[in-house]
Amino acid sequence: MDKHSLISISDLSKDEILALLKRAQEFEKNPNQRILAGKVVASLFFEPSTRTRLSFETAVNRLGGRVIGFSDPKSSSQAKGESLKDTIMMVSNYADLIVMRHYLEGAARYANEIASVPIINAGDGSNQHPTQTMLDLYTIYQTQGTLENLTITMVGDLKYGRTVHSLLEAMHHFHPRFKFVACDELRMPEQYKQYCKEWGIDYEETRDFSPEIINQTDILYMTRVQRERFSDLMEYERVKNVYTLTASMLTGCKPNMRVLHPLPRVTEIAQDVDDTPQAYYFEQALNGLYARQALICRALDL
Amino acid sequence: MVNKEKKELAVAALQNGTVIDHIPTESLFKVVDLLGLKDLTDVSVTIGNNLDSNRMGKKGIIKVADLVFPEETLNRIAVIAPNVVVNIIRDYEVVEKLHVTLPDDLIDIVKCNNPKCITNNEPMRTHFHVIDREHTTLRCHYCERPVAQQDITLK
Repeated sequence: MDKHSLISISDLSKDEILALLKRAQEFEKNPNQRILAGKVVASLFFEPSTRTRLSFETAVNRLGGRVIGFSDPKSSSQAKGESLKDTIMMVSNYADLIVMRHYLEGAARYANEIASVPIINAGDGSNQHPTQTMLDLYTIYQTQGTLENLTITMVGDLKYGRTVHSLLEAMHHFHPRFKFVACDELRMPEQYKQYCKEWGIDYEETRDFSPEIINQTDILYMTRVQRERFSDLMEYERVKNVYTLTASMLTGCKPNMRVLHPLPRVTEIAQDVDDTPQAYYFEQALNGLYARQALICRALDL
Repeated sequence: MVNKEKKELAVAALQNGTVIDHIPTESLFKVVDLLGLKDLTDVSVTIGNNLDSNRMGKKGIIKVADLVFPEETLNRIAVIAPNVVVNIIRDYEVVEKLHVTLPDDLIDIVKCNNPKCITNNEPMRTHFHVIDREHTTLRCHYCERPVAQQDITLK
């Protein structure tokens, strides 16, 4: 039986992505539907992530399902040295679906090989976080009315940021143009530029976070530049300020342009941006609920 | 002809079995590990290294008497030494000459270099996909990290 797990965003075809967007749209209109009545969803957070966990658990609750699980690995049997395999085997006995977050990369893919029930990957180390990508896609679709032929500018940490990598891969179905704005230390890795070339995707790479770039953009995807990525802290202090978005930088932007950010933000978007019509990151976070509702229903064939 | 060939061999000729020839000297002992030769107790195994070779300068060679490896096992060698030549010997004659081919998937052969990969933290088999045959680039099935040829470590 096909389990409809979601481990990596590349597991989804273009048609599946489009169907999920339609489904998320239904949940946006009416988030309270008792589709999961009688179902039990396990929420296994081997690594704490309050934001993602609350979004998933709200999704299940609003669909009328029940949640079991743990939010802190210290309270799970993992702390006693149980293998991931044994934990998954045990939980498979109880739940209809497993949502899991793990600090090890590939944990969700392995769990999917063991479990008799579908798995939704809620993040595996720095590898994949496909439900984040799905909510990003939904937000782009919601704000632009389409995913086709958009100019997407990615700013900040393009080297380690898994959200930008997954979004880039997911967008390959929809003829995007990319602008990569980052300092030399945090440039988009060769592997993803190669990916763009293979798919005939137009991209431009620059160090300069300029008005010209912003004014051509439909989606400005900001990411957090993390201090721990830098060996030279002076360099961090310099870069941190160069890639900060302020309201004054948005004066010449396209009216449809929206600013997204996977959150939490620190200094990369100034507070004054929050009051502009372009700010959309809080709505984006809410879309996580609808996107996850759609993915849960897909996983359970409902 | 046969006698002349035999003379050129620095290690004893084989009556029946398998000769794996043209192994790069730096890969020889990896191939020994890969084929599990250490565990062969009933058949005679001859291992030679740094032997003169017209083609390669120096080479390694492995001879295993009275044993023919399954093709699948031999193909694993392609991960570290794609240009080896496998000779199947019957009655002192080469009856078959094989080249190894890299399989699409490598199960439990290569170790993942990512310490945060699940395969390095659970008692489980590793699994790699060959994503570029020409350069022998692999990708971990689990953590999805690419591994370049020079970084391949055997399990």
